Amino acid sequence: MAKVLFEGVSKRFGDVAAVDQLDLEIADGELLVLLGPSGCGKTTALRMVAGLEEVSDGSLSIGDDVVNDVDPKDRDVAMVFQSYALYPHMTVARNIEFPLRQQRMDAAERTAKVAEAAGTLGLGELLDRKPGQLSGGQRQRVALARAIVRDPKVFLMDEPLSNLDAKLRVQTRADIVSLQRRLGTTTIYVTHDQVEAMTMGHRIAVMQGGKLQQVAPPEELYERPANTFVAAFLGSPGMNLLEAERVGDKLITPAGEINVPEHLSAVLDGPVTLGIRPEGLHLSTSGLAGTILLVEMLGAETQVHCSLEGGATVVVRQGHDAQRPTLGDPVVVGVDAAALHAFGPDGTRVAGT
Amino acid sequence: MPATEVQATTRPRSHSRKATLKTVLRYAFLTLGAFIVLFPVYMAVVNSLLEPSQIAHQPPPFFPTNPQWHTYPDAWKGGSLGIYLRNSAIQTAIIVAGQLVTSILAAYAFAFLDFPFKRAIFFAFLMTLMIPFEVTVATNLTTVTSLGWFNTFPGLTVPFLATGFGVFLLRQAFLQIPRDLKEAAQLDGYGHMRFLWSVAIPLARPAIAALGVFSFLGAWNQYLWPLLVTGNNNAVRTVQIGLKQLLNTQLDQINVSLAGTIIAIAPLVLLLIVFQKQLVRSLTAGAVK
Ligand SMILES: Nc1ncnc2c1ncn2[C@@H]1O[C@H](COP(=O)(O)OP(=O)(O)OP(=O)(O)O)[C@@H](O)[C@H]1O
Ligand SMILES: [Mg+2]
Repeated sequence: MAKVLFEGVSKRFGDVAAVDQLDLEIADGELLVLLGPSGCGKTTALRMVAGLEEVSDGSLSIGDDVVNDVDPKDRDVAMVFQSYALYPHMTVARNIEFPLRQQRMDAAERTAKVAEAAGTLGLGELLDRKPGQLSGGQRQRVALARAIVRDPKVFLMDEPLSNLDAKLRVQTRADIVSLQRRLGTTTIYVTHDQVEAMTMGHRIAVMQGGKLQQVAPPEELYERPANTFVAAFLGSPGMNLLEAERVGDKLITPAGEINVPEHLSAVLDGPVTLGIRPEGLHLSTSGLAGTILLVEMLGAETQVHCSLEGGATVVVRQGHDAQRPTLGDPVVVGVDAAALHAFGPDGTRVAGT
Repeated sequence: MPATEVQATTRPRSHSRKATLKTVLRYAFLTLGAFIVLFPVYMAVVNSLLEPSQIAHQPPPFFPTNPQWHTYPDAWKGGSLGIYLRNSAIQTAIIVAGQLVTSILAAYAFAFLDFPFKRAIFFAFLMTLMIPFEVTVATNLTTVTSLGWFNTFPGLTVPFLATGFGVFLLRQAFLQIPRDLKEAAQLDGYGHMRFLWSVAIPLARPAIAALGVFSFLGAWNQYLWPLLVTGNNNAVRTVQIGLKQLLNTQLDQINVSLAGTIIAIAPLVLLLIVFQKQLVRSLTAGAVK
């Protein structure tokens, strides 16, 4: 068990900086989720911890040791691949045993460990099958068993659930979390699925373009996003963003005016990007003017997409008992000013909010 | 039978009739092919059992009415086939083993390692496929003789211990193995040799078996090279040369020569029967995927 520490770590492929000056500490026993859109450098960051990718710059430590130049096999990390990377010619038992055969361990001890790992993941019945005879979910569990059997310092998981169907994904997500909590092994979990991130991580590190945007526990990430990228990326749909300007005690937008709320009145000045979650908006009689663009019924809630005057588009979340508007109708969107977030011209959260 | 039922059954039946016809045609075609290929072999077997006087007979007999089983022991003793077969077996075993080992190692390097000039070197390997063996015979002969390897097993086998074809074939097979498997093994502490042994070779087994069969056939059927590098004592002379000698010394007894030929191809037939499945699988692997 160990912490993992990135200090100014970069990875360049030719001119492309896949990971750019990453500073991040993953505490001992923590489950940290690396979250971000495709191509943001999550896999690259993970592979550097594994030693499968060399570090171009900076220093990467596992425990108290800098591992920049340590061989993958000496890092004592186990990885669960998106493809599971099971050996197709070996039985489930042999697959799980594979990491142990390398260590000098007698056969009886190996068998006991395999049985224990297989039991933990409910694979007892399947030990004699080949991977080709397993379902996707079962293969995934074999991959997990192979990772835990060695009792490594760190687990690395690269989108391990992306090949499972939606229902199984929810189940396995919960299984991985309880397994991780039980074993207490430091885990870095890569995903581009924010629901996975929000439900699994002790903390979430959001990346974009190779750069770390924010690292925080899920609630904080949702309630106090550090910049407009994180604000818009988290939530389904993400936070609505509106350009505005403060004049006196009003926030002027092309679609109408909003009173400056108390929590922002001391810190705002001039142009500002306002952020508001869909649940902070409602269809009303006073507020911002626009037309209905799209109405999405999602069962418990309805998402109403509105095109505001001046060009911005916002999404309004309604309870299922609200009256559903008609496409193309003019509409007035009311703003719960107390729920407003404010971002400066460079996109970062306005200090003191 | 009510009319509706008749109608319901006609369609599938005409369908299946079409399919049956197709199958029949396919089998007829394959049978014809098999016949064309096997007929000369059959005639060789028949002729080996005829009396010498019957062989030139027109029309030729298609069945040995009075089989001369003694031609086989005659060929075996008269042609020293025991020694020649042993020599061929040794020569072939060395070449097959050598080709498998060198091809596996080189193909692994091309598939899984990064090194300078990898592409250029691989290209050079491929180029050797385009040079006919005959072109290199003279220089090889000089080299082998100057090494003092004339009429020895090294002389017979060393020039064939590596093969561009084998490297190419196995490289393709290794490239089919997902990179993730290599990386997973690497994290689990497996070095190149252990990964090769416990993952790469088992997964490439069909291709390796096919290469083994090809190199067996090639080595066993060699004629020109063994003729050039073996001397008149029978120390290392192979069975193909022995057959030629048998033919020369038994001009009046073609049946005995043919018996010798049948003996010489028997190991090949055995090999093909044993490895049939792997061979077909590796040859069609590309087509199916
Ligand atoms: N071996 C490589 N050679 C060159 N560029 C690479 C290599 N691996 C990754 N990259 C580039 O680095 C960037 C980050 O890639 P990475 O695989 O880390 O993204 P990711 O966040 O895991 O994306 P995804 O969610 O699609 O898996 C991408 O622009 C990618 O094209
Ligand atoms: Mg990735």
